[in-house]
Amino acid sequence: MVEAATAQQRRDARFGFFQTFMRATEIDTRLLGMIIALAVIWVGFHFQSGGVFLTPRNLWNLSVQTSTVAVMATGMVLVIVSRNIDLSVGSLMGFLGMVMGAVQARFIPLPEYLGLGFDQPYTWIVTLAVGMALGAAIGALHGTIIAFFEIPAFIVTLGGLLIWRGAAWWVASGQTIAPLDSTFQLLGGGAHGSIGATMSWIVGGLICVGIIATIISGRSQRRRFQFPLRPLWAEFVLVGVGCAAVLGAVAVVNSYPWPVGIARRYAEANNIPWPEGGLIIPTGIAIPVLIAIGVAMVMTFIANRTRFGRYVFALGGNPEAAELGGINTRWVIVKIFIVMGILCAISAAIATARLNASTNALGVLTELYVIAAAVIGGSSFAGGIGTVPGAILGALIMQSLQSGMVLMRIDAPMQNIVVGIVLVLAVGLDTIYRRRAT
Amino acid sequence: MAPDQTPLVEMRNIFVSFGGVHAVEDATVDLYPGEVVGLVGGNGAGKSTMMKVLSGAYRPDSGEIYVDGKLATIHNPRDAKALGIETIYQTLALADNVDAPANLFLGREILTRWGTLDDIAMEAATRKVMGRLNPLFKGFKTPVKALSGGQRQTVAIARAIHFNARILIMDEPTAALGPAETAQVRDLIKQLKKEGIGIFLISHEIRDVFDLADRITVMKTARMVGTVNKDDVNEDEVLGMIIGGTLPKTAPVTNAYVEAHP
Ligand SMILES: Nc1ncnc2c1ncn2[C@@H]1O[C@H](COP(=O)(O)OP(=O)(O)OP(=O)(O)O)[C@@H](O)[C@H]1O
Ligand SMILES: [Mg+2]
Repeated sequence: MVEAATAQQRRDARFGFFQTFMRATEIDTRLLGMIIALAVIWVGFHFQSGGVFLTPRNLWNLSVQTSTVAVMATGMVLVIVSRNIDLSVGSLMGFLGMVMGAVQARFIPLPEYLGLGFDQPYTWIVTLAVGMALGAAIGALHGTIIAFFEIPAFIVTLGGLLIWRGAAWWVASGQTIAPLDSTFQLLGGGAHGSIGATMSWIVGGLICVGIIATIISGRSQRRRFQFPLRPLWAEFVLVGVGCAAVLGAVAVVNSYPWPVGIARRYAEANNIPWPEGGLIIPTGIAIPVLIAIGVAMVMTFIANRTRFGRYVFALGGNPEAAELGGINTRWVIVKIFIVMGILCAISAAIATARLNASTNALGVLTELYVIAAAVIGGSSFAGGIGTVPGAILGALIMQSLQSGMVLMRIDAPMQNIVVGIVLVLAVGLDTIYRRRAT
Repeated sequence: MAPDQTPLVEMRNIFVSFGGVHAVEDATVDLYPGEVVGLVGGNGAGKSTMMKVLSGAYRPDSGEIYVDGKLATIHNPRDAKALGIETIYQTLALADNVDAPANLFLGREILTRWGTLDDIAMEAATRKVMGRLNPLFKGFKTPVKALSGGQRQTVAIARAIHFNARILIMDEPTAALGPAETAQVRDLIKQLKKEGIGIFLISHEIRDVFDLADRITVMKTARMVGTVNKDDVNEDEVLGMIIGGTLPKTAPVTNAYVEAHP
C-alpha cells in the first residue's frame, strides 16, 4: 500500500510537467498522438528509403496526393459522426469527374452542343459549378432516402457505389475524355498549378495572422464572461508552434524548384536566357493543397461553430435526445449528405485536373481510403465523435504510408496488407485509449 | 381550482398504441395555472407515454389537446416548445457526447451577431441556472456522459426551467438525486408554482406527491382510474387506486371534462 502510494506520487511528479502543459494549452492528446505517429512514420521512411522521404520534392508530392482524399474525409467525418456511412464517395467522384470532363471538353466547346469553343475563360468555373451542383443534388437524394424513407445509409450508399460507377461509364460510353480545359487543369497542381514563392509566403502569413486573431478573440471572449484564462505562456506556445509549423511548411514547398524541363520551356517561351546552374523557380503551395486547406477550414468552422455542426454531433451522440430537443434530425441528415456530395465534386475536379483526363475508373476503392482516413483520424462508428483536423491527419498518415512504401519499392499487394494492418491497429489503439479515458 | 378558470392544458380521450400494445386508452387529464398535478401509477401504466404525447414525442392515435382552451396541434417537440411546454424526460434525453451548455441550449442555441454559436454566452447562462439547482456543479466543459446520474438529471431540469416554461412535465425528476438536491428541486417546484406555472409531476414516491401536488391523477394498465383532490384522500386510498384501480367512495372526481362526460 505504502509503496504503491509513493510509486503513484513519483509518477505524478514525473508527468506533472507534461500534464500541466497539456492542461494549460488545452491541446487534444489524441491529435498530439497522431502528429507523433506521423513524425515516426516520416522519420522511419526517411532512413529506410536512404534519405529520399523528407525532401522538398517528396513532401510537395505528398501534399498534392493527400488533398483528394483529405477533402472527402472532412465530409466523411460528419457522415460517420451522425452514425451513417457513405460507401458511394469513390463512385460518385468517378461519375462527377466524367460529367465535369464532358461539360468542359464536349458540351461547352463542341459545335454539336453549345459550340462556344475550347479554353474559354469561364469554362473551368462553369464546369466546377455544374459538378458541385450535381454532387449536392445526388447527396440530397441519398440523404432523403436515408432520412425520410429510413433505409440504412449502408444500403443506400452501397447501391450508390454500383449506380454511380455504372453511370460514370455511361457518360461517355467508357471513353476517356482528354485533354481538359487549360485553366481547369490548374486545379490539379503541377508547376503551373502552384502559386509560387511570394504568394505562398503571403498565404502562410495570413494563416499565422488567423491563428493569432483566433487566440486573441478567444481570450477577450473569456474575459467578457470572467472565465478562467489560459496562462499567457501557453498562448504564446500555441501561437509559436502553430506559426512555426505553417511557415516551415511554406519554406519546404518553396524550396522545391520547378522541374528542369518545364523551367526550360518557360524560359524559352519568355525569352529568358538559361542561366549556368539552371533556372530555379520555387513551386510553392499547389492549388489543390490550397483548396484542401480552404475546405478544411470551412469544414472545421461548420463542425465547431455552426448550429448545423452542433446538431450533427448531438444527433450522433443520442438521436432520440436530439429529436426530443426539437432538432429536425431528418433535415440535418439530408444536409450532411449534400455537403458530402459537394466535397466529392471538389475532389473529382482535383483528381481529373491532375490527370488532365476524365476516366470512368477514377476513384475506384477511394471510398475505403476516405473512410479509413476519417476513422484513423478518430471518427467513431458509435457516433458523436470525430474531428476534421483528425481526418486530415488521417489522410496524411495513409498517404505517407503509401508513398513511403512506393519509395521503398514495396510491391502493391504488400502495400495493401500494411495499410490494412495499420487501419485495424490504429482503431484498436484508439478503442483502448478511449476505454481508459472514460 | 376555481371551476370557472380555463385550464392551461386539457388532454381529452387520448389513445396511444405501439403495434398491438395499448399504452394509453381513453385517458383524460387537465392542469390549471399554478397547479401541480401528480400523475401516479404502477410500472408500465402509461404515465410517460401520456406525457410524451403532450411534449410532442408521440402522436396519439386519437384524442385532443387543448392549451388555454384552444385546440392545439402538437406534431413534434418543436410544436410543444413553441406552446411553452417543457419536459424533463424519465430517460433525461441528453446528448451524451456534448457538454452541459450544449445540452441546455440544444435546438435553441444562442448565436453571435455573425450567426455562429456563442458558446461563451451559453456557458455563462448555464452557470447561472445550474447555480440555482446545484451550486457545487463544476463540469461545464465535460461531455454529460462523464457526469454522475444526479448531475445529468440536474442538467435536464435546468434545460426545462431555463426557457420560461408555462407548462412543465417532470417525469420522475428526482429519481437519481441526493437528499440535498431533491430538497432543492422540491423548493423549485413550489417556487415555479407560485410563478403560475402548471406542472405535471410523475413520481413513485407517494410521500412526495402528497407534499407537492394539488390533485392526483391515477393510471392503471393504460386507463385512467381517476383524478382526486389531494385534500380529499389519504395515502392508503391513493395506493388503493394504484393497485386496486378503484376510486375511494368518499372522494369526488375533480376533472371537469370527465364529470361532464361520465
Ligand atoms: N416506444 C415504445 N414502443 C413500444 N411500447 C412502448 C413504448 N413506450 C412505451 N411502451 C409500452 O407502453 C406501456 C406504457 O409505458 P410507459 O412508459 O408509459 O409506462 P409508465 O407508466 O411511464 O411506467 P414507469 O413507471 O415504469 O415509468 C408499457 O407497456 C410499455 O411497454
Ligand atoms: Mg415512465
